[in-house]
Amino acid sequence: MNDNRFSGTDTYIADDDLQMAVNAAVTLQRPLLVKGEPGTGKTQLAEEIARSLGMPLHEWHIKSTTKARQGLYEYDAVARLRDSQLGDDKVKDISNYILRGKLWEAFVSDQRPVLLIDEIDKADIEFPNDLLQELDRMEFFVYETQELVQAKNRPVVIITSNNEKELPDAFLRRCFFHYIAFPNHDTMKKIVKVHFPDLKKDLLQEALNSFFAVRDVPGLKKRPSTSELLDWIKLLLAEDIPVETLRGKDARKTIPVLHGALLKNEQDVHLFERLVFLDKRNAR
Amino acid sequence: MLVEFFFLLKKAGLPVSITEFLALLAALEKRVASADVEDFYYLARACLIKDERHYDRYDQVFAAHFQGAEMRFAEIAGEIPLEWLRKQAELMLSEEEKQRIEALGGWEELMQSLRDRLAEQDDRHQGGNKWIGTAGTSPFGAHGYNPEGVRIGQEGAGQRSAVKIWDKRAYRNLDDSVELGTRNIKLALRRLRRFAREGAADELDLDDTINATARNAGWLDIKMVPERHNAMKLLLFFDVGGSMDPYVRVCEELFSAVRSEFKHMEYFYFHNFVYENLWKDNYRRHAERTPTYEVLRTFSKDYRVIFVGDAMMSPYEITVAGGSIEHWNEESGLVWMQRVLEHFPFAIWLNPEPVGAWKHIPSARITRELMQDRMFPLTLEGLDAGVRELKRNRQNPVTLS
Repeated sequence: MNDNRFSGTDTYIADDDLQMAVNAAVTLQRPLLVKGEPGTGKTQLAEEIARSLGMPLHEWHIKSTTKARQGLYEYDAVARLRDSQLGDDKVKDISNYILRGKLWEAFVSDQRPVLLIDEIDKADIEFPNDLLQELDRMEFFVYETQELVQAKNRPVVIITSNNEKELPDAFLRRCFFHYIAFPNHDTMKKIVKVHFPDLKKDLLQEALNSFFAVRDVPGLKKRPSTSELLDWIKLLLAEDIPVETLRGKDARKTIPVLHGALLKNEQDVHLFERLVFLDKRNAR
Repeated sequence: MLVEFFFLLKKAGLPVSITEFLALLAALEKRVASADVEDFYYLARACLIKDERHYDRYDQVFAAHFQGAEMRFAEIAGEIPLEWLRKQAELMLSEEEKQRIEALGGWEELMQSLRDRLAEQDDRHQGGNKWIGTAGTSPFGAHGYNPEGVRIGQEGAGQRSAVKIWDKRAYRNLDDSVELGTRNIKLALRRLRRFAREGAADELDLDDTINATARNAGWLDIKMVPERHNAMKLLLFFDVGGSMDPYVRVCEELFSAVRSEFKHMEYFYFHNFVYENLWKDNYRRHAERTPTYEVLRTFSKDYRVIFVGDAMMSPYEITVAGGSIEHWNEESGLVWMQRVLEHFPFAIWLNPEPVGAWKHIPSARITRELMQDRMFPLTLEGLDAGVRELKRNRQNPVTLS
C-alpha cells in the first residue's frame, strides 16, 4: 500500500504489533508513545525508524529540569544585553538571539524527519501539557520576532516513557500508544542473532536458558532485560567462556559466570546467592 | 459495528475518547491495516488504549465483541481462511476420515454449522462435546479428538491465528482498576508547593540587573538569583500492619506521589498509634527504631505532618499507658500524640476508612478530637481538603483538651 512502511531492520527486530503502531503513527502523522521495561529498545526504535525509512533524526533528551519552551526556542537576552554594551551591530536584529530548539529544527527540516522525545516522564508533571498544541498542530509562535514556525513536513514523533510519572489524558489522547512487551524465547533468539550473527548455536541456547532462568527468580528488584543480555553475551565472547561452563547446570542453582552484567543491584545478587545456597542445602 | 465496539470499551471502564475513535477511523481509511482481523486488533489497540494496564480488559472486550465478527471478517477478506482451514484439514486427515466427513454432510455443511455455533456461543469454552473451545470432542475447536475437528485459535503453518492473541490475555497481571492514579494525587499535592529561592544562583534576575545597570551608569551589571524550588517540607507517618493491610496500595501510591514531588520529605512508620518509637524500615522495626523525641528534635516546626492510618484500635491503645498491643508503653499514646501536635502545628490525619464509619469507631473518634477535626478521608477530595488545611496559617497551635 505504502512503500515506506516500517518493518524492523537488520539490527532491530520489531513485532507485528510494534510495526502496526509505527506505521499508524507515520501514516496519520501523530506522535507515537512507547513504553516498556527499561532496556527493551525504546530509544533505539526512533533511530531504527529513521535509518530504515531514510529520514533524518532529531533527538531531544528530557531531563528533570527541561522546560517545554526549550524545545521550541530560547531568547538569549543576556547575550544581547552584553552585545549592546560592546556596540555590536548584531544587536539590532533580535532574531540573532533566538536560539532554535529541537522541535524547531525538526519543523524546518527539508525532508520529513523523525523526532525523538526521549524519557518524557523525567520532566515536570506539566511538561506534556505544555507541548499539546505544538505537537497537535505542529506549529508555534515566536513572540520576540512575531513569527509563526510551521512544520514543513510533519515529523514522525516518537516519545518514550519509563512510567515514572503518569501522563495527562489530554496528551495521551493525541498519541498512538505501544507497550513493548518483554520478548519471548524465540524473539530473543532472533534479537541475539541480529547482534551476534556468528554466535555458536549451543552457546546461544545455554546463555538464553540461564538468562530466562535468572529473570524467573522471584523478587528481583531489577530483572535483566534485552540490553543486559546483549552485554552479557558480548562479555562471554570477549572472555571466551566455553559452553561447558554454562551447560548442565540449573541456573537457579548456580550463579552464572560474569553475572555482573545481568544483575545490577547488590540486593539482587545477595538474593540470588541466598537462593542458590538454600537450593544447595536442600539438595544435600 | 465499530461504534458498538467503541461503546463496549467505554462500558468496560476504558478511558476511550471520540478523538481517539476518529483517529482509528482515519487510520482505517488510510488503509494502515488490511482487512485482517489481527492487524485491526493491533491498530485499534494503538489508537484507543493508552496504558498497558488496560491491555487485558481491551483483549476481553475485543474477544467478546469479535467472536462472531471473526467470520464476517473472513467473508470480507474473501474465501482464503476457509480455503486455509480446508487445506490444513486435508493435510491432517486420512482418506478414511475424509469419508466420514462426507458422511456428516460434507464440507459446506460442516462450515455452516460452525458458523451457527459461533453465533450461538457467547463465552469461552473448555471441554464438553458441543461448543467450540479447547480439548473437547466437538467437531470444532482446538486439541479435539473428533476427526472432523476444525481447528480454531491454533498455531499452524507458521501463521498465527488472530483469535489466539487476545485469547492468551498476555497482559493479565498488569491490569488494575485503581481509580486513584498517582497523577491525581500529585495534582492534589501540588497545592502544597511553596516556591522559594535556594541554592546556586543560576537564573538571571531581570529587575535587579536593570536596577544595578542603571546605578552603574549604563554599564551592564548582571545579577543572578537561584532558581525557584519547592521549599515545602513534608513529614509523613504511616500506620502499618494489621487493619491497614487492605490499604497498602493506596498508601503506596500516595507515598510515591509525595516522594517525587517534594524535595524535603521524610517518612516514618508506626503501628496503630504513635508512641515513643518510630521506624523507617518495616523489616527491621525491632532493631532500628527512632525515638519520637529525636524526630521532634530533628525536624523543625515548619514541617507539614501527614498521618496516614485507619485509627482503628481499642480506645485503650490511645488513652492508657501500657495500652499498646506491641510493647509496654510508659506514657499513653494520647500524651505522645499531643507532644507531636504541639511541636508541629501543621498536621492532618488521612483515613482510608470511609467517613461514615468514623463515628462508630471510638478510637477514630478520639483521634479525630485529638487532631481537632483535621481528619480527612484518603480520597482525592479528602486529600484536597487536607492540603488546604495544611496551607492555612494556624495562629494558635493545638492546646491540650
